[in-house]
Amino acid sequence: MLIFEHSRPGRRNRSQFSTTTAEKKNIPQNLLRKSPMLLPEASEMDVVRHYTRLSQKNFSIDTEFYPLGSCTMKYNPRACNALAMLPQFLARHPLAPEDTGQGFLACMYELQEILKDVTGMAGVSLTPMAGAQGELIGVMMIRAYHEARGDKNRTEIIVPDAAHGTNPATAVMCGYKVVEIATDKEGNVDMAALKAAVGPQTAGLMLTNPSTLGVFEKNVSEMSRIVHDAGGLLYYDGANLNAVLGKVKPGDMGFDVIHINLHKTFSTPHGGGGPGAAPVGVAERLLPYLPVPMVAHERGVYRWLTEKDVPHTIGRLSAHMGNAGVLLRAYVYVRLLGVKGMNRVSEYATLNANYLMAELSKAGFEIAFPTRRASHEFIVTLKDIKEKTGVTAMNLAKRLLDKGYHAPTTYFPILIPECLLIEPAETESKETLDAFTAAMKEILVEIQEQPDMVKSAPHDMPLRKLDDVKAARELDLTWKP
Amino acid sequence: MPFIPHTEEDVKEMLASIGASSIEELFDEIPPDLKTGALTCVPPGMSEMEISRLMLERAQADGFYLSFIGAGAYEHHIPAAVWQITTRGEFYSSYTPYQAEASQGTLQLLYEYQTMMASLTGMDVSNASLYDGATALAEAALMAVRQHKTSRRILVPRTVHPAYRKVLSAIVRNQDIEVVEIPFCPESGQVLLEHLEPFGQEDFAALVIPQPNFFGVLEQVDAMTDWAHAKHSSVIAVVNPMSLAMLVPPGEWGTQGADIAVGEGQPLGIPLSSGGPYFGFMTCKHDLVRQMPGRIIGRTVDLDNKPGFVLTLQAREQHIRRSKATSNICTNQGLMVTAATIYMSLLGPEGLRQVAAQSHANMLQLAEQLEQLPGVKRVYSGPCFHEVALTLPRPVNEILQALKEQGILGGLNLQEHYPELENALLVCATETKTADDLNKYSEMLGKILKKYG
Repeated sequence: MLIFEHSRPGRRNRSQFSTTTAEKKNIPQNLLRKSPMLLPEASEMDVVRHYTRLSQKNFSIDTEFYPLGSCTMKYNPRACNALAMLPQFLARHPLAPEDTGQGFLACMYELQEILKDVTGMAGVSLTPMAGAQGELIGVMMIRAYHEARGDKNRTEIIVPDAAHGTNPATAVMCGYKVVEIATDKEGNVDMAALKAAVGPQTAGLMLTNPSTLGVFEKNVSEMSRIVHDAGGLLYYDGANLNAVLGKVKPGDMGFDVIHINLHKTFSTPHGGGGPGAAPVGVAERLLPYLPVPMVAHERGVYRWLTEKDVPHTIGRLSAHMGNAGVLLRAYVYVRLLGVKGMNRVSEYATLNANYLMAELSKAGFEIAFPTRRASHEFIVTLKDIKEKTGVTAMNLAKRLLDKGYHAPTTYFPILIPECLLIEPAETESKETLDAFTAAMKEILVEIQEQPDMVKSAPHDMPLRKLDDVKAARELDLTWKP
Repeated sequence: MPFIPHTEEDVKEMLASIGASSIEELFDEIPPDLKTGALTCVPPGMSEMEISRLMLERAQADGFYLSFIGAGAYEHHIPAAVWQITTRGEFYSSYTPYQAEASQGTLQLLYEYQTMMASLTGMDVSNASLYDGATALAEAALMAVRQHKTSRRILVPRTVHPAYRKVLSAIVRNQDIEVVEIPFCPESGQVLLEHLEPFGQEDFAALVIPQPNFFGVLEQVDAMTDWAHAKHSSVIAVVNPMSLAMLVPPGEWGTQGADIAVGEGQPLGIPLSSGGPYFGFMTCKHDLVRQMPGRIIGRTVDLDNKPGFVLTLQAREQHIRRSKATSNICTNQGLMVTAATIYMSLLGPEGLRQVAAQSHANMLQLAEQLEQLPGVKRVYSGPCFHEVALTLPRPVNEILQALKEQGILGGLNLQEHYPELENALLVCATETKTADDLNKYSEMLGKILKKYG
């Protein structure tokens, strides 16, 4: 039932109404609204009940194991939420004077400094509001750098074929042509392909390391040398930073610019699709181009750095300062972890991934890169299973839902057929991983014994498989009374 | 170890299964010369009790003020139920609803949201949100350029929020799109046809129309919309969603209505929170739906013909289309939209109208009281919604400083964004302000001005 179907004309939620009447009004008649608004007329209890019930139709980290590869679905500590929602923080207007926000700005400044250390970069700006916006800002800085040097012939960005779709889409949004390069059998970027692609037209290379194939790019230093020698810059997609936090700093790998998905590595909530936050870090040569505002600490006072302080900035990419409340949650998280806790994140994320990979391999699943260590994630391929039984990765994913597990990432990276990208995150216990392995084993048996049942999964969810084709062909995007 | 459940026994068993002697061995593919990662600036960890104390102290140091600042972010009362439900773990800690069968809660909520936003703006369809109002404007401009095919010019009045114009320029610059600024009438604070005419000689992809504009003034949207459509260009409306409870929605502007409506969703139940997270909304006419960026939810059926919801038209998006996507956007502002949908449901049409009407009335009352002070007058003659630009007899920063010492944030100094507007202050009053609040402001400003003589 939709909220609109709970509506009754004339029902009012009086406690939300003012006890005084607004008398003054001065708006010309032709500008006043005459048409009705399709909003429900429902009681407070009806609304609370409706949305509480809807929430119960979701899988979430708080209720299920969620091994979604490349998404880092770790526990979101409740303290981070509670402390970011202290009433004074919520009430603070973005344009309120700096001296009325020194407490808030102190948190932002310290987060900025901690992220510099973690990434090994020379400067950080907190403003990007999601990973894709961090990428956009990063590539904009690469472009600004080349332009400032009068180097106008660099028209291409190189992207490995295993990269997230946001990488090529971002390069195009920045006016670049995308050159995709292949992956070798071991899951590394094909060095011959890279050498062939690089030239005086190369503006930069966007790389995720460890890659979305779940392995560390061993040749990263060599790649850095090749791209830099050609005059290009190196972009680090921080989607998988959780795997190397405290072990390797992107700055030490030779990267010039990086974005960090705080909603992955720093445990801010995914919220059913955002809000995220993706601060960008840069090496020395890109410092002049960082987006504003940033926070400075001078003589004991915190203040915003604006266009006046950073005259060559690529500018503003949000109306205010980005997703401040998300940044506060990340700040609380890093303070709770501290330096030791932060080192342990990558250690236990890696332990969990390698353990689960070993157990699933023993259970009879085919690992895409069996000779490699898993980073914090790894790939299972159902290529053989599909050939023999017709059961696909999507079928298995849906069957996992029946067993109370969120599905891993499916059909990404696209170069591995019938793949499941599995990332267990450090906050899961051995018991959970063992139970997940047991469920996967059960499905393997079901695939042999009752393949059609697996193909028509899910069976135990509120709804069975939904018709995507009908959704796209017969568009129904709004409810009509 | 915060948030890591492993016992020593677990670690031993897990390493044995892997066949490794230590956790460190699992990192043996990383070249040793790269392992220089010692963290030097990260402080030692704190307990939850300790960090709670620190955050509380910092929040208290920031304190509370009686604020009359608007300028794109507005203080409205948020019903208690909104964030109690929004922060339920099932909404808070779920991912983008790729697995539809395990995400019907979020998907149905987004479908309801799309319905509400389309109706509020008078348009056919809505996406599931963008980052904020400013980036939504930039995405709308890119959409209009894709649609127009020949022109890459976007006409943007100077009455559009200055930060939005900056964000727009920063984003579209790299795609060779020209942003042309349109002047406005210094008496009425509106863009008049005479200001548009000179820019209509050459083709343009879209005209942006803010309603209300940055000065709080209502633009003559019908005439502007018809003018742009007569030139075969699109109209992009930038609107405050709260104002639409009172004002003609963009879909009904002029004879054909605006083509795309965008704006900042923050007034719909999102706390001010130093500027974010908020959410950008975008609605449009049906024929533009395939040009729209971001997630879109559609209603469909399952194998048993039961109704349900899925992400649809994904062929526009980066994870399918890669370099040919309509935008690079992936994560949007889902949780903020959750709050906004619950907010709109709790208020209903009549509640929303009341908030808008009370805000408008409070602005008129405040302006009337302040205008009685010597040397204080309205800058513009155009009608306003819930913000108004006032000229003061003294430099604005001095006055704002004096008001702040009395616990009042008096508004925004307009000269920082419009150098020609000397001593001009932008003041906002919403439904949260009582008669006492308005009196306190006018009395205090009166005292301060008197001191200067």
